[in-house]
Amino acid sequence: MSEIILAIESSCDETACSIIKDGKEICSNVVSSQINVHKKYGGVVPEVASRIHVENISVVIDEALKTAGITMNDVDAIAFTQGPGLIGSLHVGVQAAKTLAWAFNKPLVPLHHIIGHIYANGFVDELVFPLLALVVSGGHTELVYMKDEWSFDILGTTQDDAIGEAYDKVARVLGLPYPGGPAIDKLAKEGKAHYILPTPKTEKELDFSFSGLKSAVLQLIQREEKKGETIVPADLAYCFQETALDTLVNKTEKAVHEFKPKQVVLAGGVAANSRLREKMTETIGAIEGVHLTIPPLWCCTDNAAMMGAAGSVAYRHKLFGALDCSANPCKEIDC
Amino acid sequence: MEIKVITKSKEQTKELGLKLGKLAKPQMVFTLTGDLGAGKTTLTQGIAKGLNIEKTVSSPTFTICKIYHGRMDLFHFDAYRLEGLHQDLGFEEMIQGDGLTVIEWPMYIEELIGDEYLEIEIRLLDEDEREFVLKSNGKQYEELLGELTI
Repeated sequence: MSEIILAIESSCDETACSIIKDGKEICSNVVSSQINVHKKYGGVVPEVASRIHVENISVVIDEALKTAGITMNDVDAIAFTQGPGLIGSLHVGVQAAKTLAWAFNKPLVPLHHIIGHIYANGFVDELVFPLLALVVSGGHTELVYMKDEWSFDILGTTQDDAIGEAYDKVARVLGLPYPGGPAIDKLAKEGKAHYILPTPKTEKELDFSFSGLKSAVLQLIQREEKKGETIVPADLAYCFQETALDTLVNKTEKAVHEFKPKQVVLAGGVAANSRLREKMTETIGAIEGVHLTIPPLWCCTDNAAMMGAAGSVAYRHKLFGALDCSANPCKEIDC
Repeated sequence: MEIKVITKSKEQTKELGLKLGKLAKPQMVFTLTGDLGAGKTTLTQGIAKGLNIEKTVSSPTFTICKIYHGRMDLFHFDAYRLEGLHQDLGFEEMIQGDGLTVIEWPMYIEELIGDEYLEIEIRLLDEDEREFVLKSNGKQYEELLGELTI
């Protein structure tokens, strides 16, 4: 049986809509990026975000249907990101999804944003279970274990800052632009191992912590300034990046040995980081019996196609939402 | 009323938070100021423990507000990314019921804060040493500080 999902994503920067056929085929994938507006403020400003989402959402949905060459009558269900995310931004996508579902009498499929990121890997590879996902973005740092197709266990999560947030804050201290990830990644290529930063420690082995590392960077800068020394930004970017990414890869490696997944996937915006991709390939890619999937850059950043891929699976499992469901900025992955 | 407390480790900071959390009453507001890395989230983790919240309290920077459920709800705000903007953000609707609201970077979200609140300023004295200046604005916060044993 063939199914067509219309998916909407608006949890943060992007207003996006996509038409996905049978979970794999991308009939259209429209993303209206807002990143230029946010650069001005050094971060995502929610009010700006929600206002632009309102302006964009109808255009984006219209464009997605047109490009796919279908009408609302051809759509089997409407999938949307329910959370987590910025409240104002989420509301816009949720309202649009509910309006369409009500007007055209289609089932609603509410989704967790991170599940979309994980299923994005399904566009480039067959997903084999048990599967381990390293989810890294501005708001998330998680190791998610999937025993079966729609089962999610959080093996580890950040105890303080998310990895992308740590990148953004360190970038700001170094006077680099937003978002901090690409800027530090680029600058680090010119740097060398000149400074020593402490390896983050956590109580539970598979949890993460980046707040101490962020503070260590700040303290290092202050110490050097006190001594009258000038900081070499490229070297500091290099040392921060190496320390932060080594934690991610080492913990993923530990989880692989403990839980023995058949496949490991990388997911989320920070998956676009070139050094992380290298390190994952070197370490996890070398483990026997484990297939590593590194998603192409286009599906690392927020888009609606990934929500459509996850939405197709949820649709087959009949995980429908009611018309009175609302945005949930603190939505949990495992419920 | 103003009280100054010095902590010499992350654990001591959490301990102070725990005491504040235990004394917190419904609908109270605590504001936290201090530089990046001062220990605002660490103190909030202690406060959450004092509210019998078992979930990990992580940084709310990305989504601006996170909600936790304990003996009463905790609304943990971080207005770090709202710098330079003072508009109606619709966060009021997130705060329903009788929880405790903790706000990091309150200067960027002043419209959410009334006249009465507990002001907590964190000063970095040394890499591990911090001074917490607790200042009450309003009678119930004065009582809270009166009950605080250091």
